[in-house]
Amino acid sequence: MSKTFSMGGVHPHDNKISANIAIEPFPLPAIAAISLAQHIGAPATPVVQKGDFVRVGQLIGKATGFVSANVHASVSGTVKSVEPFVDATGALSMTIFIETQGDEWIEGIDRSSQIVSNITLPGPEIIKKITECGIVGLGGATFPTHVKLSPPPGKKATCLILNGAECEPFLTSDYRIMVEFGEEVLTGARLMMRALDVQKCYVGIEENKPQAIQKMVDLSKRFLGTEVVVLKKKYPQGGEKQLIDAIIKRQTPSLGLPVDVGAVVQNVGTALAVYEAVQKNKPLIDKVITVTGFQLNEQRNFRVRIGTPLSQLIDAVGGIPENTAKLVLGGPMMGKSIAHQEAPVAKASSALLFLSEKETKRHSEGPCIRCAKCVEVCPMRLECYLLYKLGKANRYEELEQNRIYDCIECGCCMYGCPANIPLLDMVRLKKGEVLKIMKNR
Amino acid sequence: MKKLLISPAPHLHGKERTQRLMLDVIIALIPACLVSIYFMGLCALSVFAVSIATCLAVEYVIQRFLIKGPSTISDFSALLTAILLALNLPPTSPWWMVVIGAVVAIGIAKMTFGGLGNNLFNPALVGRVVLLISFPVLMTNWEVPASIFRSGADAFTGATPLGIIQEELAKGLTIGQIQEMYDFSFWHLLWGKIEGSMGEASALALLLGFFYLLIRRVIRPYIPITILVTIAAFTGILWWINPQQYADPLFHLLTGGVLLGAIFMATDYVTSPMNPKGMVIFGVGIGVITVLIRVFGAYPEGVSFAILIMNATVPLLNMYCKPKRFGEVITK
Repeated sequence: MSKTFSMGGVHPHDNKISANIAIEPFPLPAIAAISLAQHIGAPATPVVQKGDFVRVGQLIGKATGFVSANVHASVSGTVKSVEPFVDATGALSMTIFIETQGDEWIEGIDRSSQIVSNITLPGPEIIKKITECGIVGLGGATFPTHVKLSPPPGKKATCLILNGAECEPFLTSDYRIMVEFGEEVLTGARLMMRALDVQKCYVGIEENKPQAIQKMVDLSKRFLGTEVVVLKKKYPQGGEKQLIDAIIKRQTPSLGLPVDVGAVVQNVGTALAVYEAVQKNKPLIDKVITVTGFQLNEQRNFRVRIGTPLSQLIDAVGGIPENTAKLVLGGPMMGKSIAHQEAPVAKASSALLFLSEKETKRHSEGPCIRCAKCVEVCPMRLECYLLYKLGKANRYEELEQNRIYDCIECGCCMYGCPANIPLLDMVRLKKGEVLKIMKNR
Repeated sequence: MKKLLISPAPHLHGKERTQRLMLDVIIALIPACLVSIYFMGLCALSVFAVSIATCLAVEYVIQRFLIKGPSTISDFSALLTAILLALNLPPTSPWWMVVIGAVVAIGIAKMTFGGLGNNLFNPALVGRVVLLISFPVLMTNWEVPASIFRSGADAFTGATPLGIIQEELAKGLTIGQIQEMYDFSFWHLLWGKIEGSMGEASALALLLGFFYLLIRRVIRPYIPITILVTIAAFTGILWWINPQQYADPLFHLLTGGVLLGAIFMATDYVTSPMNPKGMVIFGVGIGVITVLIRVFGAYPEGVSFAILIMNATVPLLNMYCKPKRFGEVITK
């Protein structure tokens, strides 16, 4: 029996049309635009200047404080400028532009494909290495990994959960990583288990990825304490709280941390990055990105250097097809529609998705018929219709009483609403306001 | 350059539509409609026709000329109300009575509040209850003419089974004596009968619709199940105390529109609670009030009143019966 989370969820068609395409290295960009704010927390501080020559893997942005992450050069060449630039969603952040010259790496990085499975470093050293290499959560949230691996005092993790659910339709980057870099991923998990001092690691994979399940089950026999958990296909299975609920049947308390129920969740992509950082000395400079969509003639999984402009990915699949109505960075449920095609690939990027008008069109909004489908599908069991109504009326106190802050913005409510009411648009807006009010209290 | 859409996530949308949900309920009602036409003939058909025509016309006129918005006919909610209203009327209803019921249902109970989604009370039931109070004789005691579908059958005059029981009990007869006089057998009530509103013609047809709604996941079973269980339990206790004074639970479940009310009227999205806890309280309330009215009240049947009374509690139930949130109880 496959496991799943206990409340809500929807079943969009998974459309994993790029699942059987192997990961291929993507050509270097002519100019890489590397943002200093690719993670949750304080942006990094630039440590290079215009005119400096940098090599691949060199530190160019230093973490500012604990909740922040280092940023490294993903190409070698001359720093052209350090200036604010738009990201894919149109937000400005300080960005370092590097004009590519050759592909010169800093010393000490092991670029061979030889697997180094022998773990020599003790836990604190592993975390230090992860911090240095600027690893962040690659499932999309980009929370600095070293922070997650250092639970607050008094709290102790009992297990590590590797997130290979990849519940978003279309996305196949995690799937390909598990199939092609399975051993690296599990070694990365073992490193994190040592850092957390836990003996147990669960790998949660949705049942629509049989190859990855097979590979991980075979490998797990060689990795002590590692257990593959097959999950039902249901969105948002890969949500942190949902995954914990599905695998160890514990609900993370409202406003609490996963570690409150003894779990630390890391994406399989993060595990690969951790492996490369600790065992191979390689900072986070590239990312596996799925380029997919039904209008495309070819589906691709690329390993792309961070800072590569999205337009280059678009060109690589033959430009934007005629009937494309929307470009999405990430999955169709939580990804962001792309406003600037010159914006660069960042640590958070997981897919470039082409959607037709038919697939993505929002239908005109009708009156709420109080069917409560939004409540039924909400994985946090919030009353979305009520939050929408209260939000419209700016009734912040009641929004807080009805736990708007618990919303994980998965979009199930809007997906399931028969009246096409933009529930999440409103909730997202008002959640920010309520969190601000709560913070100022 | 090609223009692309920019919007916040999610970028996909499910296939559920208001229109489709309404259509599903209408589909679920088709067996009941066909059975009523089969048993009651052309007069039933004319009640449907008048009800549908009036409801749609009233909705269109109010929406177009008073609210001044785009036509809402196409969401099928008015059509659904029209069919439900027709099923809640006796087949012999004169056309003018159906028209009054339809105008009250759509014009007063629905559009006055702002149309679909805003009404507090179930429109079809408001229409029915207004008629029941205004024309009690026409609504409960009537003549069923022979129809083309029942060739050779004689015209039938009668009251509803519940009406008969109340009348005869008042004369001092016992339940056993009454049941000997009339054919109130279980099979008769389940398969089909003619003494009642059109929607009560066959319990089986209604149950068929219920299963369709459950399979299509249009409704959740909480409300119908709690109503039926409550009525069965309450009347069961009374029956156990004195079977000569009170009819058995099965009789109560299969008569007086309990099934039609529980499955199709009480589950109306707009006028029922939105969370399981509220739904259960709502269902129990309807069951208890129905039995109280039937057994101790002046009216032989009470489902319509019970649902309308409980409709009034829905905002309160929504406010106090919150769903159990994720992470509310810390599981260790």
